[in-house]
Amino acid sequence: MGAGAVGRSVAKLAGEYGHTVTALADSSGAVVDADGIDVAAVLARKRGSGTVGDAEVATALDAPYDALVEATPTTLSDAQPGFGHVEAALERDRHVVLANKGPVAERYDEVRALAADSRGEVLFEAAVAGAIPTLSTIDSLGPERVRAVRGVLNGTANFVLSRMAAEGLDYEHVLAEAQDLGVAEADPSFDVEGTDAALKCVILANVLYDGGYTLADAEVEGIRSIPGSALELAAEDGRTVRLIGEVSDGSVRVGPRLVPENGTLAVTGTTNIVQLETEHAGQLNISGAGAGGPETASAVLADVGRLPPVD
Amino acid sequence: MSESDVRSYTVRLELQDEPGELLRALEPIADNGGNLLSIFHERGNVTPRGHIPVEVDMEATPERFEGIVEALRDAGVNVIRAGSEQYSEELVVLLVGHLVDTDLSDTLSRIEDCGNASIDDVALSAPDGTDELSSARVRMDTHAGAVEETLATVRAVADRKGLHVVEPLAEGGDA
Repeated sequence: MGAGAVGRSVAKLAGEYGHTVTALADSSGAVVDADGIDVAAVLARKRGSGTVGDAEVATALDAPYDALVEATPTTLSDAQPGFGHVEAALERDRHVVLANKGPVAERYDEVRALAADSRGEVLFEAAVAGAIPTLSTIDSLGPERVRAVRGVLNGTANFVLSRMAAEGLDYEHVLAEAQDLGVAEADPSFDVEGTDAALKCVILANVLYDGGYTLADAEVEGIRSIPGSALELAAEDGRTVRLIGEVSDGSVRVGPRLVPENGTLAVTGTTNIVQLETEHAGQLNISGAGAGGPETASAVLADVGRLPPVD
Repeated sequence: MSESDVRSYTVRLELQDEPGELLRALEPIADNGGNLLSIFHERGNVTPRGHIPVEVDMEATPERFEGIVEALRDAGVNVIRAGSEQYSEELVVLLVGHLVDTDLSDTLSRIEDCGNASIDDVALSAPDGTDELSSARVRMDTHAGAVEETLATVRAVADRKGLHVVEPLAEGGDA
């Protein structure tokens, strides 16, 4: 479900990973074929006419499949339509792989309850820091042995802050540049106000502390209030400012923070980094692409590969 | 005060590279009952602010040691670290907002009034004039274990004046 950058990339790469795409839906239409849709033709059609097919969106939910990939845009509070798609798949005892953050950030406990009553499983590696294997790393370590997670979880905000620091430019100027480059969206508020990073942190908190968190539990501050002069003062002192998400001691916090200029967390450009404080394994740092179609699709397909066969 | 109260302490100072500076820094120690053990003058290791770090080992009772640190600060000596327990954490925050209109010096003294921190230096940048948004970098020394408390004070003071605080990432964070 979903034919944005991530959904399209998943469809394109699925064959290479040994999977068959039996249905693809966007917000206005769907295409279904139990023997596998012609992905190239469907995506060409999407480029031409704006939709993947004439069928009702709901027919994709009724299509034969083992795993539903939910890659519609992230929405807040009721997390629809993503949540409804998750529900539909689990009720049919099918697996769900999420790239959409909404359902596992805003309605995690409900998703867990649905999964408990289903033979299907829910995985969502792609929802946290794109290509970076965050959740599978936490899973290998054991969530109870991870003391804290912090990191740079939004490429747009990081691009803006690192450009401001490197070029001595102001927020508005760098934002306009980011929009020209396609790094920032026309409405960048989700990224620069910290909401996107906060949703990822909320998902991490749900995983570490076994549920109970929504966006309302996060303390969130964005980067709009940081002038170039603040970054200059930080640089004079060998420091810089990054939008850091932090999950520790049961709390979730996102905001601009001072970090050493050459420190591990001061990644530049659109790079993301996840830092885990662990019980026995010390500190682990994983950096890489936190967004992007093929990058995020690789996390989706890794999840698909982890799922057990359905009967 | 018995002899058994005497402990050894290490004080880390930053001195300006001028004649007589070292003597000026050592006098308050001797004058306040500290017994100098060793002085390590790191001449080759100038700090980013052009100062020379000096590490002084001494013996004193805890009460006298407190007096020594106070006297050093009164003499204008930059005490970066003192002892293993006291004033041992350096804390740097950025403040952003209408710093001048909201009386920066009052803001700073309110932070010091909490009793956990002493402010070492402040750098202000107001590129668009003092009527516009400005930024300040504030370097403080806090008692060990009082970092969270100090940050809470900074947050509360800033909140009352409508200022933004950019806090450092907590201890155990980025090494």
